[in-house]
Amino acid sequence: MIETRGLRKSFGARAVLDGIDLRVAPGESLCVIGQSGMGKSVLLKCILGLEQPDAGQILWQGRPLDHGTRRDFLRHFGMLFQGAALFDSLSVWQNVGFRLRQRMPDREARAIAIDKLARVGLGPETADLMPAELSGGMAKRAGLARAIADDPAVIFFDEPTTGLDPIRARRINGLIRGIVDETGATAITITHDMDSVSAIGDRVAMLQDGHITWQGTVEAMQDAVPLADFLGRAPM
Amino acid sequence: MNPIRLTGRLTLRALRAIGAVSLFTLRGLFRLSPVYPRVFLTQLVQIGWLSLPVVGLTALFTGAALALQIHSGGARFQAGDVVPAIVAIGMVRELGPVLGGLMVAARVASSIAAEIGTMKVTEQIDALVTLSTDPMRWLVTPRLWAAMLTVPVLVAVGDSIGIMGGWLVGTQSLGFNSTTYLSNSWAYLERWDVISGLIKGAAFGLIVAVSGCWFGMHAGRGAEGVGRATKSAVVAAAVAILGANFVLTGLFFR
Repeated sequence: MIETRGLRKSFGARAVLDGIDLRVAPGESLCVIGQSGMGKSVLLKCILGLEQPDAGQILWQGRPLDHGTRRDFLRHFGMLFQGAALFDSLSVWQNVGFRLRQRMPDREARAIAIDKLARVGLGPETADLMPAELSGGMAKRAGLARAIADDPAVIFFDEPTTGLDPIRARRINGLIRGIVDETGATAITITHDMDSVSAIGDRVAMLQDGHITWQGTVEAMQDAVPLADFLGRAPM
Repeated sequence: MNPIRLTGRLTLRALRAIGAVSLFTLRGLFRLSPVYPRVFLTQLVQIGWLSLPVVGLTALFTGAALALQIHSGGARFQAGDVVPAIVAIGMVRELGPVLGGLMVAARVASSIAAEIGTMKVTEQIDALVTLSTDPMRWLVTPRLWAAMLTVPVLVAVGDSIGIMGGWLVGTQSLGFNSTTYLSNSWAYLERWDVISGLIKGAAFGLIVAVSGCWFGMHAGRGAEGVGRATKSAVVAAAVAILGANFVLTGLFFR
């Protein structure tokens, strides 16, 4: 389980996160929605340790994330970045098998990487390509393969469909949902794409002005008054 | 603004920057475990081997030009014969390390800053963290050590090529006998001349790599941020090399 308690982060006078309380149960898929610049990515970076929160706690399996526990947390963690963030200097299979190569011979890591690439619909011919040779959709898939390469218990998806056309976006959403169901991993998705929310999420949290203004199931989201503006409909 | 306050503020800012870069350098140098041999070997090739042509050509033309200058200048006081010794001492003690360092700064500091800066703005450095890999150990440490180890080798090769450039001009256009030129080149050269040049090379290598890594890791957003980081890395490395050369020369030869 991942939990944040009273998480605060400011940049200058602007409080981007102002007391965030969130709980994500094991195997649950949570989508965090909100407009651009509302602190979704900052929340993610605080959890990863890339930003230091000003106050509050982040807990992983009941233990506060500090230097030691974060290392353990990251070992069970995978992430799909908005732009895939594949390493330019490594081939596709070396990207997917990046973590594996640090503890097993290249031959084994490559076999697992090709297996994971197949899981996301990329054939073995893509394994030796360089990231610059991939289309946007292929790069996202390769990034997804890297995120699941080490069978993580927790997977973060940062704007997984940004920059993709609707058909490719649907495919990526379907892949993510399939992988989350198949592996039983806990998933946290940062997005403002409501199609992604419907396809991927079990639960939704709305982040606005530094606060979680609404939390509930995907089904309940349609009737939620605080989401009316965001969803572009009149409040019910 | 009050000029005293302004001076104080600028001094504090400069001291803060020096402290931050010093800590960055120490962390980069001594975060050795785990070792990434593949990354290190790649950097040895990128920084050392691939800089050889540009350093070699620079040394060749510098040695040749130096021979011409010393011959024509020395002729004014009947000292044209000192060409071999002065070319050798000048190359080994000063021009080899400084010009080699500057050429490596132009080639390597820019490429390191651009590569790491691009990695930063495309979230590849964040991706390293999520893959349980310390960006300092993966990106900075191998580059610092590779530059520190390869630039002295480049300096040694550049010194030799520079001396040969002087020999070419000396024997082909200034009328020197080949054997006499070479024996005069070595005759006045001392061991410390060579060692001091190599130490300078190691220091300049470190400066180049630190500059590239520092500005890359602190690159601003987008292509503009990467461009600015690249430019700053080259300028800072070049100025720091010239400053460090003055300090080291003072330490070694006063």
